[in-house]
Amino acid sequence: MLSWPNFLSQCFNGLALGALLALISSGLTIIYGTLGVLNLAHGAMFMLGGYIGYEAYAATQSYAVAVLAGALAMVVVGVVVERVIIRFFYARPPEDQILVTFGLGIVIVELVRLAFGSQSVQIPPPAWASGVTIIGFLIYPTYRIVVLGIAAVALVALYLVLYRTRLGMVVRAGIEDSGMVDLLGINVDRVFMLVFGIGAMAAGFAGIVNAPVVALTPDVGDTILVETFVVVVIGGVGSFPGAVLGGFIAGEILSLTSMIDPSYSQVMLFAVMTLVLILRPQGLFGLEGRE
Amino acid sequence: MNDVKTGRGVATRRAVLGSAAGLIGSAVLPGGWIRDAAAAETYPALGTFPEGSSGDSVFIGIAVPRTGTYAVPGEDELKGYQLAIEHLNAGDDLIRKISPSTTKGVLGKTVKFGVADNEAKPNTAVQAQSRFISQNKAVMITGSVSSAVAVALNKLADREKVIYLPCISGSNDTTGKDCARYSFRECFYAYTAANAISPVLIKNIGRDKKVAYLTPDYTYGHTVHQSMEEFLKPGGWTTVTNQVCPLGASDYSAFLLNIANSGADVFVNINFGNDAVQSIKQAQQFGILSRQILAVPYITPFLAREVGPDVMQGVYAATDFWWTLQDKFPLAKMFVEAFDKKYGYKPEWGANAAYLQVAFWAEAVERAKTFYPPEVIKAYEAAPTLQSTVGEVAFRASDHQLVRPVVIIRGKKKADMKGTDDYYDVLEVVPGKDLMPKPDVLGCKLGSYT
Repeated sequence: MLSWPNFLSQCFNGLALGALLALISSGLTIIYGTLGVLNLAHGAMFMLGGYIGYEAYAATQSYAVAVLAGALAMVVVGVVVERVIIRFFYARPPEDQILVTFGLGIVIVELVRLAFGSQSVQIPPPAWASGVTIIGFLIYPTYRIVVLGIAAVALVALYLVLYRTRLGMVVRAGIEDSGMVDLLGINVDRVFMLVFGIGAMAAGFAGIVNAPVVALTPDVGDTILVETFVVVVIGGVGSFPGAVLGGFIAGEILSLTSMIDPSYSQVMLFAVMTLVLILRPQGLFGLEGRE
Repeated sequence: MNDVKTGRGVATRRAVLGSAAGLIGSAVLPGGWIRDAAAAETYPALGTFPEGSSGDSVFIGIAVPRTGTYAVPGEDELKGYQLAIEHLNAGDDLIRKISPSTTKGVLGKTVKFGVADNEAKPNTAVQAQSRFISQNKAVMITGSVSSAVAVALNKLADREKVIYLPCISGSNDTTGKDCARYSFRECFYAYTAANAISPVLIKNIGRDKKVAYLTPDYTYGHTVHQSMEEFLKPGGWTTVTNQVCPLGASDYSAFLLNIANSGADVFVNINFGNDAVQSIKQAQQFGILSRQILAVPYITPFLAREVGPDVMQGVYAATDFWWTLQDKFPLAKMFVEAFDKKYGYKPEWGANAAYLQVAFWAEAVERAKTFYPPEVIKAYEAAPTLQSTVGEVAFRASDHQLVRPVVIIRGKKKADMKGTDDYYDVLEVVPGKDLMPKPDVLGCKLGSYT
């Protein structure tokens, strides 16, 4: 489907896809950068945020309440998970961390399946954002445009927290050298807990914001998790700007390749990731020599 | 699980002593000779025979997807199996109408079963069923929602000499180029689906239309797409785009934008399971459904329940079974009532296919009077007319495909629905014999019995 209107539509769609991927990936990368834990339960947290939002929506019929509930509940879930499980794994080898977060992901997914079943549940977009918007030749679901806006605002907010607050400074210092931060007398323990909470919130927030776009199922986080990893690898593991740029790159690859041959869009994503790994193993914004 | 009471060596000696004459008469047959407890005749050991049927129970290995994009049809399918096995062991009226040779159990043995999650992945399915074969000595293995799984298990069945019954499998290959001597398919598939729905589409929508396809990227999607193109061609329908998408995608925006910009009149969505739910829901968000007519040549169970009647109204689809067929077929009525009573909802077509597969298998074993697989296969291949929830049907010996009708349905308006589950009008029940390809068209070459 090569035509100018379709090309521009796909460019825009890549942006919308990318913003969401950037949001989820930033959560993953902040956690890894600060805590050194690769959180394989991130996809499950994305999904859980959606389901918590769904419950809140069912109770109140309010989109705003659903988004707030989904995001805030995930902070709590994140903090609890960090205190009860993750903190015991900081000193353990990476394989243990991967296994425990992978297992945690399975437990979350299957608990949700137990409670809600495998059939999808639906959250309608808010009334003011339903239907399609026509911009010239581009016909695009209004709510997806809203998602692009929300994700952009959320990314800016995350940026401000990371780069303009004391907590952010400690987090960024922790990414550089957590041992040094500890030596400076900063309570790294509490920072780690907060970071895990914020990372989980980013996933849960993206999950509930994305919920009206998809049909929510317990497996909705699975494919997202894979794409998120690709984004993080492209952008540079542990780098917030890397996650954002990587997200948009991935979104554009998926969209633009589909225009030429849709069956290659996933292949291209991995091809680009491989290329980045060969030419710049630390990722676009990653620092050389950091694990 | 099944304790094997007769040691192989002992049985062999006894069999040899007991039927020396028979042994001399058929000395060409390979393998050690073992006396089958159920039948008077003797057969060599093959696959899980005779260990699997030497006790007072036999084991069926069931692997369906319980997680992932095909989990919803998988669960429905599993319920169909459970009901069928319960009916078999109780000698229920319904199963005895489909398998008239059945009294109770199969050849007097209780049927036990194990369930595994095949995740709709061929590797996982082969591992799970291999375990049921080696550890539980399964006499039959069954279950599929993905044709990739069905095709992989076809090969396993031929290799292990254990009968495999695919359940949901829409690819032409399952009883086409990847057909297997040890496998029998009940359900409709790409060729018959396309052959049945295409004339209905041409009649209702008109000639010379432009079509956009959304096709999952594996054997099922590709064969349905090919068959649809083939059967829409006589109506002058042309393909403007074929969007091939990965299995289990959650976002279809890129594909749907291409379809929205393709100028198509009709949108043929081949996706199945949650992929169908996601892509149809998102197609509606993109405004595609108000500009293009949606047609679903191979409908996934529960689609209308998940996306709702507002989306499904006016949508043309082909299916294997829809519960309102109970007005037409008495056995369908019995099945729907029994299922609804046990599980609290109207069965979808996967459950119906699972039930029928178990019943047909029981009938074949009863007719063979032994679990010795080649005899069971020959009983299938004798192709007796069988009663079913969709009328009279029969297996085809040349490719092991059931010749059965395809049901064409159309989504009802919400206002026209009589009750919560009444989503479709049944437009036509197209007889199977007119829909089947000639036996050699899809490239089936059955393997050896032994």
